[in-house]
Amino acid sequence: MTRNTLLIALTLIAWNLLFFIAGWWQPLWWLGLGVGFALFIWLADEAGKTAPLRYQRTYEVGLAVAFPVLLLLAWELIARNEILNPRWFPPPTRIAAALWDLTIHYDTFNKTSMFGRPWLFPQTLAAEGWPAAWSLFTESHVLTTLWRVFAGFIIGVIPGIFVGMIMGMNRTVRTMLDGVMSAIYVLPKIAIFPIMMLVFANPFGEGPKIAVVAISAFFLVAINTMAGVRDIDPVYIQAGRNYGANRLQLFRHVILPGALPVIFAGLRLALGTALIVIVAIEFVRARKGVGFVTFYYWEVLVTEKMYAGLFVVMALGVLLTFSLQWLERRIMPWR
Amino acid sequence: MDAKITARQVYKRYPSVDGGEITALEDFSLDVADGEFVCIVGPSGCGKSTFLRILAGLDTASAGSVTITPGADPRKPLNNVVFQEYAIFPWKTVLDNVAFGLEMRGVGKAEREATAREWIERVGLTKFAGYYPHQISGGMKQRVSIARALANDPEVLLMDEPLGALDAQTRKVLQQEFMRIWEETRKTVVYITHSIDEAVLLGDRVILMTAHPGRTKAVFAVDIPRPRSVESTALPAFSDLTYRIWQELEGEVVRAMGEEGQIKIEE
Ligand SMILES: Nc1ncnc2c1ncn2[C@@H]1O[C@H](COP(=O)(O)OP(=O)(O)O)[C@@H](O)[C@H]1O
Ligand SMILES: [Mg+2]
Repeated sequence: MTRNTLLIALTLIAWNLLFFIAGWWQPLWWLGLGVGFALFIWLADEAGKTAPLRYQRTYEVGLAVAFPVLLLLAWELIARNEILNPRWFPPPTRIAAALWDLTIHYDTFNKTSMFGRPWLFPQTLAAEGWPAAWSLFTESHVLTTLWRVFAGFIIGVIPGIFVGMIMGMNRTVRTMLDGVMSAIYVLPKIAIFPIMMLVFANPFGEGPKIAVVAISAFFLVAINTMAGVRDIDPVYIQAGRNYGANRLQLFRHVILPGALPVIFAGLRLALGTALIVIVAIEFVRARKGVGFVTFYYWEVLVTEKMYAGLFVVMALGVLLTFSLQWLERRIMPWR
Repeated sequence: MDAKITARQVYKRYPSVDGGEITALEDFSLDVADGEFVCIVGPSGCGKSTFLRILAGLDTASAGSVTITPGADPRKPLNNVVFQEYAIFPWKTVLDNVAFGLEMRGVGKAEREATAREWIERVGLTKFAGYYPHQISGGMKQRVSIARALANDPEVLLMDEPLGALDAQTRKVLQQEFMRIWEETRKTVVYITHSIDEAVLLGDRVILMTAHPGRTKAVFAVDIPRPRSVESTALPAFSDLTYRIWQELEGEVVRAMGEEGQIKIEE
């Protein structure tokens, strides 16, 4: 703690006190917050520069956590003081309460709940057996959405990698498909949802939803896989051949691992897109799923629950991204 | 003398951007005896790598013939290349890279790893067997590349400027190491380099190539006694020969640099 840091910290406290005592928050909230954040950044910057080397990691983690907390705090204050209409922008504490409410609450009319009430699982299984316990999974909005993403992702990604590989390795196939693929690639995938509803016997069932996710994932992964194969330095192919690899070995030992980094970039894009697509579809055509919950509470104007739904979508995105990163590190330890 | 490699009137033409042709190799012939160490030097872009790729079967000649005589054991691979860009696989550990050729030939895991470990030890990388290429230095990568070739025990070893990308000190150390290993194995080697010193230090014979098109300009026998080491460079015979080769090469380099737009500046 240098004198400089201390001075800035004191200024920051004094600034907030001044606003509080003088009652300026209401009319001049933007000035209070703006200068407050600027002072905070200055303070953090100063503290980071002067902190000893062994505290640098702590500093980074602390700052990464502290800043979002501060943002939430600012939001809380703004909403509480009714600077922004709390009806449309409810304070985070109320959103948290709504999330808790959604967690424990079971909708008897729709027979759904947010997370599937896992705390009931052991006793249900013991008392009523598997079918009843299984229904705890199927009642869950989160698991429903995750299932749709997962099923669509797998169904799209496996043939996507396959077709991308062939396009990467064979010029004829590539030339034939490249134009078509690029054209479909730029089409917003949500736009093919109506077609999928026509294709499937039950337009309101799971089929069309999963199909759209699968198709979105397919094109992203196929195009990236092709690029990954094309990007492999030819000297690796030459080395493979020179050391006696046959076609299958060349694929297994050179082309597949060589293309993996770019394939994974495609998988990341596909997973993000899958989540976007499924939430959008659940907005318009679903009786279950996180997207449905979010949109439902917008329609009935219970905004804190709508925000809670958005928060869950965000958390799902983070969870899925981390899972994929974990898989990436497992599969490509050389990176 | 037994010819291990026979190249007869090899031509290589590449289509050029303007629809014409570039002749990379013209009437290039070379015989290499069994156990001989031949060095090829020449200005950048004169077709050295092209010739090596043709020898390795990675490219085909436009005309002429190239043969490598098989040895007594038909399972032994005819040639293996130590590439200019290392070309060791980033996704394989040092051990798996060195064992790669054996694995492709269907040698069992235990046996190929034992052989690979032996070669990793001989190039001084024992501690790094489990490392991935991005975790080791350029000099170490090229050692892996050399070990990968030697572990596969080919009839002839083809090396394309293997030490070209390394700094002067690492280069010296690797030259020493490679000389020692070669004395032990006495493999037939075709070694491309842009360093005259290196060619004279390592080779039994130095082939000097012309630029555009690539042909043989001159052949020099190196009669510096073996085993050689860095001390050999102090011998008068060494400086005499390097000077003679340079006198021949200088004109080529100047001519090559004068041909506007034809020459790619090499890395
Ligand atoms: N794949 C290729 N296509 C067209 N031209 C090539 C190709 N490979 C090499 N060349 C040309 O052939 C000549 C010889 O190249 P290279 O064998 O790489 O030279 P060196 O290894 O002696 O520097 C150069 O002029 C180069 O531009
Ligand atoms: Mg070259």
